[in-house]
Amino acid sequence: MGLLSKKDANLILDPLADNNPITIQVLGICSALAITAELKASIVMAVSVLFVLGIGNVVISLMRNIIPSKIRIIVQLVVVAALVIIVDQVLKAYAYELSKTLSVFVGLIITNCIIMGRFEAFALGNGPWRSFLDGIGNAAGYGLILIIVGFFRELLGSGTLLGFKVLGDPIEKTGLYAIGYENNGFMLLSPMALIVVGIIIWIQRSRNKALIED
Amino acid sequence: MENRTDKNSYTIIFAIAMVLVVGSLLAFTAASLKPTIAENERMEKQQNILYAMGVNDNDEGSANFISTDKVAGEFSKYIKKQLVIENGIASENDQAYLIDVKKEQTKAKSGEARILPLFIGEKDGKTFYIAPIRGKGLWDAIWAYVAMDENMVVQGAYFDHKGETPGLGANIKQRFFMDDFIGEHLLDASGNFKGITVAKGNADPKNLDKTDNEVDAIAGATITGDGVTAMIKKDLKLYWPYFKTLKK
Repeated sequence: MGLLSKKDANLILDPLADNNPITIQVLGICSALAITAELKASIVMAVSVLFVLGIGNVVISLMRNIIPSKIRIIVQLVVVAALVIIVDQVLKAYAYELSKTLSVFVGLIITNCIIMGRFEAFALGNGPWRSFLDGIGNAAGYGLILIIVGFFRELLGSGTLLGFKVLGDPIEKTGLYAIGYENNGFMLLSPMALIVVGIIIWIQRSRNKALIED
Repeated sequence: MENRTDKNSYTIIFAIAMVLVVGSLLAFTAASLKPTIAENERMEKQQNILYAMGVNDNDEGSANFISTDKVAGEFSKYIKKQLVIENGIASENDQAYLIDVKKEQTKAKSGEARILPLFIGEKDGKTFYIAPIRGKGLWDAIWAYVAMDENMVVQGAYFDHKGETPGLGANIKQRFFMDDFIGEHLLDASGNFKGITVAKGNADPKNLDKTDNEVDAIAGATITGDGVTAMIKKDLKLYWPYFKTLKK
């Protein structure tokens, strides 16, 4: 990579696989369970977190030398909440349709532990450029898992992808449903997200033994 | 060496400064964007009302409002009358669509008299009576605009929510759920108000039986569905006396 040094590139690439926030650090599980019943919601959440974590990490990194350590968690919370609320307000005024789609996610973004986790673990100790890369990398790693889980839950639970009936119509009995296939309603419920994440963790660790802890 | 930022005095000053800066930033944003947001919300109400009576840009599968640049014209074209019902007496008020249903519900709860807005629209020679209703889903508020004919048979409905789970409860604003209400009866066979129940396993997934007072529920969204049922039973019942006067 010509643009980034190897060390910088790893900031983005590591969280995608061997240091994934969901499957390795087990952070951000709450939102991974809540909003992955549909692929579209997973993508929206992934993009939102990418945006908030990228910018939030830079802001915290710029402030890292003046934040009093005793109240740093509160400061981080204030920064992310203010950021999200301002974006929400601006969208409400100038992109109303989009804001209605996103408003559900606002609360989930503010309380996402990945965001607080990266502020605390990385941005407080590193410069803005590296913090930005770290934010983008972790959000992408988080988004990747969200999209994989959303893909399987929507496909197996509703028989659709992004709302398109890829397996046929369950009520009219066309496509796969004509030969007796049924949607698995259980896939739509949160516990199945945990099981899908568990399967991803299993596959990942069986391919890379270094990830297994004793 | 003690760090400068570890001092109590520094911490307190930092906290105060942060609250002032962030507070005024948020207040400034909210205040300067308020008129634009209010205008968007006003247009959305008009779009919702028109959507319920079938004036919309729906394509095959998705729900689309008519565009914001057309909404004011279409609203005055199709909505013939806006009524405010107070203690059973209906009077015209062309600002009725701006009535805040949430505030009226709070009034009713504290024992005060509430007013009911009702919009009368006409399209292709048919008359629609559109009522706004509001209730609680799983996480936050849910609301709807329901268009009925004079026999309280649903002609169209628009549902919306503040924070239901995406992919589950949030699907009440999807076509497959809203369209199920079309043609559904709110009164039972003997003409008493029964409402519409969002029912699990009613053995009628295509919703062919329009007089069973039931629509098919969304899997994984039981509490949101129950909220829809409760909202319809409670709020639309308030309009029943008005519909009885239409029969005379």
